[in-house]
Amino acid sequence: MHDMSAQAHAAHHAPTGFIRKYVFSLDHKVIGKQYYGLAFFAAIIGMILSWIMRVHLGWTNFAIPGLHLLSKNGAPGDILTPEYYLQLMTMHGTIMVFFVLTTAPFAAFGNFFLPIQVGAEDMPFPRFNMMSFWVTFVSFLVMIAAFFVGDGPSLAGWTQYAPLSAVGPAAGPGQGMGEVLWASSIAIFCVGQLLGSLNFITTTLDMRTQGMSLWRMPLTTWAWFITSVMGLTAFAVLMPACILLVLDHVAGTSFFVPSNLVINDQLQPHSGGSTLLWQHLFWFFGHPEVYIAIVPAMGIVSHILMANIRRPLLSHRALIYSMGAIAVLSYMVYGHHMFVSGMNPISSIAFSFPTLVITIPATIIVLIWLGSLYGSKIRLNSACLFSLGMISMFISGGVSGFFLAQPSLDIMLHATYFVVGHFHFVMAVAAMFGIFAGTYFWFPKMYGRMMNETLGKIHFILTFIGAYCIFMPFHYLGMAGNVRRYQAFTDDYLQPLIPVHRFITIAAVATGAVQAIFLYNFIHSRFWGKPAPENPWEATSLEWSTTSPPPFDNFGGKLPVVYHDPYQYGVEGPAGDYVMQTDPTQIQLESDEA
Amino acid sequence: MATTIHPPATPGIDDRSRLKATSGNGGGRCLVPEGGTLRGVRDYAPPPSSTAIWVFVGAVCMTFAALTSALVVRKGGALDWQHFTLPSILYLNTVVLLASSVTIEIARRRVATFMTGGREAASHPARWLYITLILGLVFLAGQYVAWRQLYAQGLYLATFPSSSFFYVFTAAHALHLFGGLVGMARVIRKLKLHVLRRSTLDATVRYWHFMDVLWIYLLILLWAKL
Repeated sequence: MHDMSAQAHAAHHAPTGFIRKYVFSLDHKVIGKQYYGLAFFAAIIGMILSWIMRVHLGWTNFAIPGLHLLSKNGAPGDILTPEYYLQLMTMHGTIMVFFVLTTAPFAAFGNFFLPIQVGAEDMPFPRFNMMSFWVTFVSFLVMIAAFFVGDGPSLAGWTQYAPLSAVGPAAGPGQGMGEVLWASSIAIFCVGQLLGSLNFITTTLDMRTQGMSLWRMPLTTWAWFITSVMGLTAFAVLMPACILLVLDHVAGTSFFVPSNLVINDQLQPHSGGSTLLWQHLFWFFGHPEVYIAIVPAMGIVSHILMANIRRPLLSHRALIYSMGAIAVLSYMVYGHHMFVSGMNPISSIAFSFPTLVITIPATIIVLIWLGSLYGSKIRLNSACLFSLGMISMFISGGVSGFFLAQPSLDIMLHATYFVVGHFHFVMAVAAMFGIFAGTYFWFPKMYGRMMNETLGKIHFILTFIGAYCIFMPFHYLGMAGNVRRYQAFTDDYLQPLIPVHRFITIAAVATGAVQAIFLYNFIHSRFWGKPAPENPWEATSLEWSTTSPPPFDNFGGKLPVVYHDPYQYGVEGPAGDYVMQTDPTQIQLESDEA
Repeated sequence: MATTIHPPATPGIDDRSRLKATSGNGGGRCLVPEGGTLRGVRDYAPPPSSTAIWVFVGAVCMTFAALTSALVVRKGGALDWQHFTLPSILYLNTVVLLASSVTIEIARRRVATFMTGGREAASHPARWLYITLILGLVFLAGQYVAWRQLYAQGLYLATFPSSSFFYVFTAAHALHLFGGLVGMARVIRKLKLHVLRRSTLDATVRYWHFMDVLWIYLLILLWAKL
């Protein structure tokens, strides 16, 4: 292990030039920050897109000043056309799922902290790691380019269902060049994630320092490891699917377009393709993707909670086994996205069963969190508050999943805002809270300065209330039969629901504006924050045994030796109620005394 | 929980038997034994390149499994499926690729002997690698000839769904095989510079064998389904 670590380190010494140090860096910490910056920027774009859509849904004829600058045809007179609404919706979903929820909790934090938490100097393939980020960055540019070419980005939704996604310009604006850019961008993105996953897996298996057995790895490391295995298998399937989609566009093949399809009075020059084939390939990736977003957040939240309740979770191993079970089951449940696709009803039952089963490990994780919190003396700092918020969001979104897992109920609910509320809570907002928690917790280690706690708490309270004001009413709208993906609600039965939409819009704009507090806190603390000590949270894992920020080789030329499991809280140690993993202090447990 | 702190003694660490005895709540356990040795919990760690190649092979398998399922689904419900006979040069290409697996295995053994200081093959240790490289290029050229033959028959990418899958499968395999050739060129370069690691050599050879097995699978699949 040491030999390989030393080799990885020897492969690149601390760079001195600006380009090698900050741009094409081989250092996993810089690459982690680059991923974080990309996710930050993408989140702002995704949020602005959601604002535009929400304003349009609340006040359909309201002209948003300057909107025509984004697209003359898509927003004539600064008002969205129905098609452009769908184009923005597609880009909102795509940017958020791929470039924020996958990039931040997995690629950004994982890159920065996984090698440090296992006691390595770097990842074993630093060049692949650098390529991983820059390939992802190119993918992002290709995706954003769709705004500026032809008639804008694709309108087929982030799920890109065929045949809409495969037939070309006849299907609507953005379905020509915009669609090709979408599929190309995602195929490129897959390459980046595969390179990243390769590094994560090999770092975890081969680069651990002396004493760092698999069970001594922190829960975050386990979460990133499990996620990278999911990413490796899921993105390897999405990539060929996207390539086939591109071929349907540019080479005239018929993988996804059926025969005799007439769109806009034009007979499509394709034959015999399978529209369900795309759904199978997409959801085989798409459902694990949900867990690629949330499992790292689970690890981050568990890691942070223990540092703040000052005792280990009820069961370390049960949580790891549960995350592993979720990963395995995530491949068996993807058909629940296709209950109403015309798939054989027996298949629906077959997919419904594992969908209900997957709630068991998820519930075990939640119960471990809640049981560990019971009776604890909790330190309510910003990171801890966002961790609690993540648990709250995950439970709220998870409960609505029970209803959707049943095909008979899903038939009624699948095309309504109920689903929108469900996946935003359980995947998007929960993962975002995990990202915020990770940021407040690890900022001192990443940048060597403390964030402002007061601003952090205000940020949490307002975001927490705002998130519930936005997404809880979605469930109500769904139960009232409010269809999703519509750009305006003109039917009589939907008219009484418009005030609810307006309330959600106000909440969304306000909650988005609140993020300015976080932005200010981040930038201000980055340059003018209080210098951070080595271990501000009195935590135990290896990242807290090195300087803030860590040196180029992470541990100052000497690899740490690990003596303990990762969460020795609630014990009497030399520095307080904890013993670090690197501390050779021997601890005697009460059970040992007995 | 804990009440007693022993003074820091000789650095020790738990052994596996103790780990098992206290398993079930790893996150909260103190696992420092008295008189244990650090060697006790050192997991066996293969070199990263060895792990990486298996991980990569897993990802490639997933990609081809996805394409295979696409072929099965697309063919299953199709009324427009047209069978065609595979170009016979593919069988010759297969023989070339199988031969390259044999030559790379000879190369691996010779280079390994060379690296461990063996006298055998001390001169020109890279010879068999060059031969493998050439066989790989011959295979790619042969695949190109197969495409030209299909072109001559009027079978293009979009002609039939079966021809679409033929081009997609063979192109995807050729691309992965080209990656193997680049890896082999890298091994030769490192060998010449005397910086080649055994694990890099083994990983490249394993990948090449995998390309061989993958091609046999694809040939059977294409023969049976197209």
